[in-house]
Amino acid sequence: MAQIFHRSTNTISRVTIFGSVFIAGFILWVIGGIVRAPYATDQNVTRDQPVPFSHQHHVAGLGIDCRYCHTSVEESNFAGLPPTATCMNCHAQIWTNANMLEPVRASFASGKPLVWSRVHRLPQFVRFNHSIHVAKGIGCASCHGRIDRMALTYQAAPLTMEWCLSCHRAPENFVRPRGEVFNMAYEPANQEIDGPRLVKEYKIQKLTTCSTCHY
Amino acid sequence: MNNNKQLDLAAFRARIGGAKEYWRSLDELARADALDDAELDEVMFREFPRQAAPLATGVDRRNFMKLMGASMAFAGLAACNRPEQKIIPYTKQPEGLIPGRPLYFATAMTLGGVATGVLAESHMGRPTKIEGNPDHPSSLGATDAFTQASVLGLYDPDRSQVVRHLGEISTWSDFIAGIQPALQAAQKDGAGLRLLTQTITSPTLGAQIQQLLAQYPGMKWHQWEPVNRDNVREGRRMAFGGYVNTVYDFSKANVVVSLDSDFLGSGPGHLRYARDFMSRRRVRKGQTKEINRLYAIESGPSNSGSVADHRLAVRPSQIEGYARAIAAGLGLAAAGGTTEHAKWIATLVRDLQDNRGASVVVAGDEQPPAVHAIVHAINQTLGNVNTTVLVTDPIEAAPANQLESLRQLVTDMNAGKVKALIILGGNPVFDAPADFEFSHAMAKVPYRAHLSLYYDETSLLAHWHIPETHYLESWSDARAHDGVVSIVQPLIAPLYNGRSPHEVMGTLIGGLDQTPYETVRTYWKTKAPGLNFESEWKKWLHDGVAGSAPAPRFVGASTGIPAPAAAKQSSGYEIVLRHDPTIYDGRFANNGWLQELPKPHTKITWENAVLVSPKTAREIGMGDRQREELENERSTWLVELGYRGKTLRLPIWVVPGHPDGVLTVSFGYGREQGGRIAGGEAKFIENPYEHQIAGVNVYPIRFSDALHGAAGATIALLSSGYRIACTQEHQNIEAAGNRGIIRSASFEEYQKNPSFVRESGNEEERRIESMWPGHQYRQTDPDGPAKYAWAMSIDTSVCTGCNGCVIACQSENNIAIVGKDQVWREREMHWLRIDRYYKGSPENPETFHQPVPCMQCENAPCEPVCPVEATSHNQDGLNDMTYNRCVGTRYCSNNCPYKVRRFNFYHYSDFETPALKAMRNPDVTVRTRGVMEKCTYCVQRINAAKIAAEKDDRRVRDGGIVTACQQACPTEAIIFGDLNDPTSRVSQLKREPTNYGLLEELNTRPRTTYLAAIRNPNPEIKAD
Repeated sequence: MAQIFHRSTNTISRVTIFGSVFIAGFILWVIGGIVRAPYATDQNVTRDQPVPFSHQHHVAGLGIDCRYCHTSVEESNFAGLPPTATCMNCHAQIWTNANMLEPVRASFASGKPLVWSRVHRLPQFVRFNHSIHVAKGIGCASCHGRIDRMALTYQAAPLTMEWCLSCHRAPENFVRPRGEVFNMAYEPANQEIDGPRLVKEYKIQKLTTCSTCHY
Repeated sequence: MNNNKQLDLAAFRARIGGAKEYWRSLDELARADALDDAELDEVMFREFPRQAAPLATGVDRRNFMKLMGASMAFAGLAACNRPEQKIIPYTKQPEGLIPGRPLYFATAMTLGGVATGVLAESHMGRPTKIEGNPDHPSSLGATDAFTQASVLGLYDPDRSQVVRHLGEISTWSDFIAGIQPALQAAQKDGAGLRLLTQTITSPTLGAQIQQLLAQYPGMKWHQWEPVNRDNVREGRRMAFGGYVNTVYDFSKANVVVSLDSDFLGSGPGHLRYARDFMSRRRVRKGQTKEINRLYAIESGPSNSGSVADHRLAVRPSQIEGYARAIAAGLGLAAAGGTTEHAKWIATLVRDLQDNRGASVVVAGDEQPPAVHAIVHAINQTLGNVNTTVLVTDPIEAAPANQLESLRQLVTDMNAGKVKALIILGGNPVFDAPADFEFSHAMAKVPYRAHLSLYYDETSLLAHWHIPETHYLESWSDARAHDGVVSIVQPLIAPLYNGRSPHEVMGTLIGGLDQTPYETVRTYWKTKAPGLNFESEWKKWLHDGVAGSAPAPRFVGASTGIPAPAAAKQSSGYEIVLRHDPTIYDGRFANNGWLQELPKPHTKITWENAVLVSPKTAREIGMGDRQREELENERSTWLVELGYRGKTLRLPIWVVPGHPDGVLTVSFGYGREQGGRIAGGEAKFIENPYEHQIAGVNVYPIRFSDALHGAAGATIALLSSGYRIACTQEHQNIEAAGNRGIIRSASFEEYQKNPSFVRESGNEEERRIESMWPGHQYRQTDPDGPAKYAWAMSIDTSVCTGCNGCVIACQSENNIAIVGKDQVWREREMHWLRIDRYYKGSPENPETFHQPVPCMQCENAPCEPVCPVEATSHNQDGLNDMTYNRCVGTRYCSNNCPYKVRRFNFYHYSDFETPALKAMRNPDVTVRTRGVMEKCTYCVQRINAAKIAAEKDDRRVRDGGIVTACQQACPTEAIIFGDLNDPTSRVSQLKREPTNYGLLEELNTRPRTTYLAAIRNPNPEIKAD
């Protein structure tokens, strides 16, 4: 009986079997890349907002503290979004005729709230508490990026679990003095020494157990 | 299977060598007879039917395509970007509100008119959880299952949402316009206007009704509460010469005698009574010199009877004989006492005489007034009145004999005297006595209006239906069991356009523009005109208690004993009609949490059954052969219950400790207009049952001359194979009866040998050598971050099995309901179950309740078997369950010796209904299909407390974390805390000699441990 397959088939099959490992690895690598990519994480995406609010102008330009608007950041899991009344504290006096602010005035007059699009979004099975991070010396900019340079707010960090753990595993690389938490422009002078010192001083734990965030 | 030796306890005892044994069901008892391996396999397979094929019937092609189509559609969706989420801030943020943090408001819930003070948790304006108000005398921080479940009642999407006129959607202003002719007609001749309410303790509403009565002198006010307490009121009237209220102080009582009373489980003030009673029952080493003693003579299993030291199960009609015998024993002129159990009664009487002024005798609500009068006379003779029994003014706005009141109304309606009938709350068409034929009489009234939460049976028959506000939606006030007033303050604007009774009364009176808030406030302002009313009012709202309780009257009860009534002819079985332990009189029939709550003794869910004793079951032919056909307590026989010419078809249930010759049925089920849950729609998957509606309506056999039952019933077996969703044998710990799961001793034995628990378990079998060093929880570095070791202690001595914790857990942790079909398949989701064990003979066994949450084992068997590490240990020793990692292998549940893990076989959580989304606890993930879940020790509360403590740079204080179950518990049976703190309450309890863990021989090192049940039987009475 004649041979059905040519001798070269042996080589082809060997290459295919050997190569499949690399192909499978490549596919996994691509998937790994996609889930970390801004395409999946929504990193760097600005969203349509009722008012094109500029943090750059209000924070860097005017020097307003984060907590003027995000009032509950030190007390609650939620940092808080300012009620329309907070906007009107100033905008009842300045830019009272600006077209851009019409939705704000309408909201204040009618009592119907402004509807913002969420920029930083965690899945519903993740619990994040702003107040404890602030209390332990994690700066706003560590997660939110240089908000003071954002004309329109976007998500600066990928907010993946891997990214969260990079700090939860090694907080000494990110902790800063409590006084500098709200300082957008803080640059550590000597993190190698200050980091471990602050971790000890603030009694920071390396919390990587599941129920720290998932429950 | 060899079931011929059913109930052969002697053989069973002999087989296991006469050891102390505990059992959970009659089948288990019978099964203990030697089974061969094949039989055992069969039993075990039946034991875990949740491992069986998920679809009962095959999937046909059409359904397969449908399911696959849906899966494909969802797969497509998953690839798209996540939809945008919106954040909606306030325009003007309320003062004192911190976004993301809950606020608590004091308010009060009424049941049967009587208030229980609660603190309602509000997340951004949405009430999500009810907790007890520690300042309220009826609560002291505890809540019962009804109170806990009321938050689901608030959001119930089946609540009535619109005003209806003749069934058509109408408006409130049309109602106001429509009522004017009726009122004008009433004004003319005066007598045609009638008001029907439930029991009202609200002083404001009472005053409004009085005002209306003054405006229409011919008008009459009727009251009807199906869970009727006329006997209590009439009994007090006989003893004290007028309507009064009696309040008991069980904390001062050394001896308590209950004559068919479930004072620990239901009725006004039962939470307080349970707390007081059990405060005398906690056994602590070196501190407890004596504990109280409870004698219960009862006509059916009750929570109180299950913790009694001595219990007799007798026919309800016999109770009076026992009351008379006790009275006679105490020297009162009581004739007609029973001659049975003479020695038992004599001992009881001696015990009472030794504790004059420090004992309480209570009679059940269902017992006739004469029994109540005798009981008051007994208390008077013993010097208990004004010490342990306090007499105060009645708490009702107008105490009345409600049965006679309703009878009068029905008579007048039939005679055509009633021109306009206004019904404020209640559902008399459904729950009035059958012989009144209320609907027939009501149909003769030319103008009928009904205010109620649901468009129910009565609403169907009313011309006008007004949706009522829930207590969390409207202002009102109410009195507690001791008479203290609470202001009921709302937490949310009416969700469904409801109107409060105050508004309807305002309309009738004519003051249209007054809101309920103004009505209540104005009433109290005129009542307490002080200079600083404003600050008083604020204090009342803050504390949840307005002023203090009315002072006791210091009167004596008459010691005259009413003459015994002529003996009624009593042939056939005696029927006992009780309100249902989970859905009450039917008003909670649409509450899925309560429907799925296993009843304290039978553990039946979603329906009612005829309860009988083992002996009676055999009598009616349900012998061994018939029992063979029951598959492991998962199916039963249908019976036909005949009573006064009416027949009902119900499942039968054999209850150990039930009196012989008595058929107990609970009313409240069988709601045809109850809503989707009551109507059986929650059976989600498919419905192989006869009843479309949950349970059977028993009101048709409730007659006005025998409200609580009477003799003359017949019962006959119809057919077997009726599937019943009873959780009794679900999540079974293998061979629990002999493994020291429940441990108990008498107080006497305990005093002789405080560490008796060591001898009743198998701990010595524990092998502790391990190659793994284990977790480290101790605080090694005093300056480092605080380390904790969370643990729980559950005192089985004081647990009454009231189920408050089960619903508290369900509410706190967003636990889904699964429907009867799924419960039958053992897939109920309760994280905390209450196991009920019996000890002794099935005729009158001792009963023990054991709440079983996750044991949070230090060496957790569930952890190593998870292939994806979805369950793991945290630094505080918690056994974490990570939903987003779980792939649903269920290995962990298989490997859990305590069977505390629950699996979402289907998409049980309702993700669609908008109202239910608002109800959920935002701090707990809502689980989806294919995910395992279990008790977390309320990790959301732990983390919140830890964060608060860390911010203040301190340790979490003892008592700083209260789990949901602990918070609800009326008897403080559950204590949670930190083992690293040797002074914490839980550490102290773990050092008690009676402390033991479940299955410690497995070396799981459970963090949840139990204190053995200590009972205090009278040494003079030998257990028969």
